[in-house]
Amino acid sequence: MNEIIQIVGKETVRLVIGLIGVLILVVVNALMLTWLERKISGHIQRRIGPKEVGPFGLIQPIADGLKLLGKEILTPANVDKPLYFLAPVLIFIPVLVSFVVIPFDVCLQVKDINVGILVILAFSSLSVLSILLAGWGSNNKYSLIGALRSVAQNIAYEIPLLLSLLSVIFMTNSLSLKDIVEAQREGWFIWKWQFIAFLVYFIAGVAETNRTPFDLPEAESELVAGFHTEYSGMRFALFFLAEYTNIMIISAVATVFFLGGYLGPFLPGIVWFFIKTYLLVAIIMWFRWTFPRVRFDQLLNFSWKILIPVAFMNLIAIGGFLKL
Amino acid sequence: MTNVVEIIKGAISLISGLCVTTKAFFSPVVTVQYPRQTVKISPRFRGHTKLVADEERPERTKCIVCGMCERTCPSGSIKQIEGEKLEGEKKKTATVYILNYTTCSQCGLCVETCPVDALAFSADYNVTSYMKEDFYYDLVKEFEKRKKA
Repeated sequence: MNEIIQIVGKETVRLVIGLIGVLILVVVNALMLTWLERKISGHIQRRIGPKEVGPFGLIQPIADGLKLLGKEILTPANVDKPLYFLAPVLIFIPVLVSFVVIPFDVCLQVKDINVGILVILAFSSLSVLSILLAGWGSNNKYSLIGALRSVAQNIAYEIPLLLSLLSVIFMTNSLSLKDIVEAQREGWFIWKWQFIAFLVYFIAGVAETNRTPFDLPEAESELVAGFHTEYSGMRFALFFLAEYTNIMIISAVATVFFLGGYLGPFLPGIVWFFIKTYLLVAIIMWFRWTFPRVRFDQLLNFSWKILIPVAFMNLIAIGGFLKL
Repeated sequence: MTNVVEIIKGAISLISGLCVTTKAFFSPVVTVQYPRQTVKISPRFRGHTKLVADEERPERTKCIVCGMCERTCPSGSIKQIEGEKLEGEKKKTATVYILNYTTCSQCGLCVETCPVDALAFSADYNVTSYMKEDFYYDLVKEFEKRKKA
């Protein structure tokens, strides 16, 4: 081990170990979230949800994963081959990179980059590109409509998302996620003038992850499954994995920016971090099983006419407040 | 100004929607785990017909082999009714009563028309087979089976 460290350097080894950890976290997290989603949806509809495979159906996601692995990988005729094959891979890379900068505990962070939040935002907007690739490459009108909707939606909601995060950055003067958490030692930002920013961020975040009530790109009832209609087997699983990991990232960033990240009494930091994150994930799932899908014009109007002005006003108010 | 009022109204309606699902989330589950649990069958459920035991002689059915049911059945589902006169008795006793359950529509005319109320609906609902012959029930044999059980 020491020899390897000497050859490639300490930082590289740390990064490799960190990436492996992140990969494991991403897969296990997505598996558990599918289970959680089905349990929550079941109980909201007064059903039981998965219960046959393992205790409380806990092994169900693994069984589902194996099923997806064993499925035939179909490639429809006349697809744009390079784009079609690239899309599922490309959607998976950004979600991995985003986890690198998230601080799970005081010392548990793969790499503390001083532009951490920029990394997350830059890579998460990359996932729009892969959705567009998937929709375009599938040679299917529903996929294309889904992809176009996704692009319009993501452009519209990235702006309030950025603006709401910016108002926190005004207070911390740092883009590093760890600094932002440490700045909340005296109190979480959600209680320090940032409640509106949190609301705007959370709504925009739900839209960014294409979740109900903003799930127009997938819209099962009208577009079959939108951009991933033509994907089967493991490729479909990658899209699924990316979707659930995106929910996790949005919740994790909200935790870091507004809910004090790993800070909390008694329990170790990592436990606090995951409690807060999964609480937000559960709220997003709760939204899904409560709200109907919005219409496309409502979706865009809501972002451009309400969220963005509110985010701007909030930003100006916070800026003025800090200047005083 | 109307815009602001609309937003507030919308937010309230969203929260009330969330309350509805929360209430449902914490309410007891209504799923019945079918093979392990069964629901109570209502008394008016119509399964295939069955022969009713005679009150005075519970080892025998009430059926007197008059053939009314056979004649009244609109689908001709009642195939064959045979009986014999036992010693010292005026009425016949059924020995064979074949019902073709594949064509029976549970209309209940046989039950209504029976002069001695010898027919009733059973509560059997989980009947499956690969062969239609399995649904040619001999109700007398079925009665004997029930009597033993």
